[in-house]
Amino acid sequence: MAFEIIESCVNCWACEPLCPNKAIYEARPHFMIDPDKCNECAGDFEESQCVSICPIEGAILNELGEALNPPGSLTGILPAKFAELVARQQAA
Amino acid sequence: MELPVLNNVAPEAGGCSAGSCGSTDDQMGHLPEHIREKVFNHPCYSEEAHHYFARMHVAVAPACNIQCHYCNRKYDCANESRPGVVSELHHPVQAVKKVLAVAATIPQMTVLGIAGPGDPLANPERTFETFRMLSEQAPDIKLCVSTNGLSLPDHVDEMAKYNIDHVTITINCVDPDVGALIYPWIFWKNKRIKGREAAAILIEQQQKGLEMLVARGILVKVNSVMIPGVNDKHLAEVSRIVKAKGAFLHNVMPLISEAEHGTFYGMTGQRGPTNEELQTLQDECSGDMNMMRHCRQCRADAVGLLGEDRGDEFTMDKIEKMDINYPEAMKMRAEVHAAINEELESKRVAKNAKVQLVSIDGLKLNKPETRPVLMAIATKGGGVINEHFGHASEFLIYEASPSGVRFIGHRKTVAYCEGGDTCGDGETALDKSIKALTGCEVVLCSKIGFEPWGPLESAGIQPNGEHAMEPIEDAILAMYEEMRVAGKLVHKSSEQQKVA
Repeated sequence: MAFEIIESCVNCWACEPLCPNKAIYEARPHFMIDPDKCNECAGDFEESQCVSICPIEGAILNELGEALNPPGSLTGILPAKFAELVARQQAA
Repeated sequence: MELPVLNNVAPEAGGCSAGSCGSTDDQMGHLPEHIREKVFNHPCYSEEAHHYFARMHVAVAPACNIQCHYCNRKYDCANESRPGVVSELHHPVQAVKKVLAVAATIPQMTVLGIAGPGDPLANPERTFETFRMLSEQAPDIKLCVSTNGLSLPDHVDEMAKYNIDHVTITINCVDPDVGALIYPWIFWKNKRIKGREAAAILIEQQQKGLEMLVARGILVKVNSVMIPGVNDKHLAEVSRIVKAKGAFLHNVMPLISEAEHGTFYGMTGQRGPTNEELQTLQDECSGDMNMMRHCRQCRADAVGLLGEDRGDEFTMDKIEKMDINYPEAMKMRAEVHAAINEELESKRVAKNAKVQLVSIDGLKLNKPETRPVLMAIATKGGGVINEHFGHASEFLIYEASPSGVRFIGHRKTVAYCEGGDTCGDGETALDKSIKALTGCEVVLCSKIGFEPWGPLESAGIQPNGEHAMEPIEDAILAMYEEMRVAGKLVHKSSEQQKVA
């Protein structure tokens, strides 16, 4: 049972000091989670701390490879709307 | 006709009746002596000081505990100058090294701030470790911190310990319904909280932090981002409340929002305010409070005078090669500071003499006859007109009126001519400058070429290079008097509307 940080991570450090198991460490190109240490905050906190503070949608995945902050969940801009905005931007 | 030089005094209140008689050259005029003592050499707080003293930010605080719709944490670009943006993140030990190197090289540097790129108080270990070392090694540098306020109440006592006597809180609202449109979420008590509830907690913490700081005698400046259609109508109330609670300065800044920044506001097409909208709101707030108008919205790793960034001279690899003897540098710095203070003091004395002269005669007689005029100034600093029109990347905007001269703000542009024989896209850059000068009737600069002269005149902006190297206020007064004599200042209600 462990989470994974992927390449969309922007290295903002927000998660690192919060991890109760010191499973998160600075690395390049992006921060990493030590799967042997991560227990998804079970027993420590009601919500997984890294997931609760991460500002980037889709940067942290669960064991099934699912985004814990799925697209639209933080910005409020849902994927369809996002695609539309990007298209409009590119057209401009 | 002689006119006093005013700052942040509503024009209709006028001259000495506005309660800042004798120090109208300085928006700090109404402050108690012990506060003026603290801020007179702080470039971010004193309009006057910012021409002479420099500041720097060190980027030691990457993490943030809230999300604002005008911020994108992915952003890192050396060509962008705006809050939240940095190129090189520092550990506290590196940051202290950098500060000592800058302070020894730029003796005018009086202030060190920690402003991000995240929230300094969401990174308390890194932030306070940096402050602790600096308070020991460089006691002649003022320390300040800028925060969103969420965890401010938890850290007020520690701030007092390191002699941090200036704190800036960004307060964009006091109403959770407005806040819900600005802050999508906060991280609070180990949970992510969204929507109105998040905004309510943030607002409560900000106000509590403000009160705690004031109670401990720590100076508080409030920053607000003006977001048209979101909080623009609300900020006058914010201004009233934070003033009542003891904030000494309010800085209303324009939203910076471009699609390519990838922020929520950028993506959704939220626009920033126009220069005129910003000025109108600042004037509205200034009835209640001391307003700040010279903010340059600098990067979280900015170095140098306001409006300039010398960060490139102090990258980590360059600093490693420098040999800094700070105790020696401190002596040299003290001499430089004393010289600047002496210059400022003599200017102050000269201005006070002028103000008193005017208060006796002239002012009231002339008051109803002439209308206010906006003038743009090209300057490199030092309080004088010393920049070529084509080299100016920003203009300072002043208003001359029967009440005197007051600083309104600055407007950015692209230098029309980068030097050399070819002014590549000179045409578009000139258009941009003319647009930035909308509402101004005069532009004063040290020199101006033949080419921009005509287009400026056709846009209703009179170029003038005759006051090169003169103090800004003196030149504006001379220009205003010249316009009065030429009969250009006759009060017309329609024109007044346009200018106001």
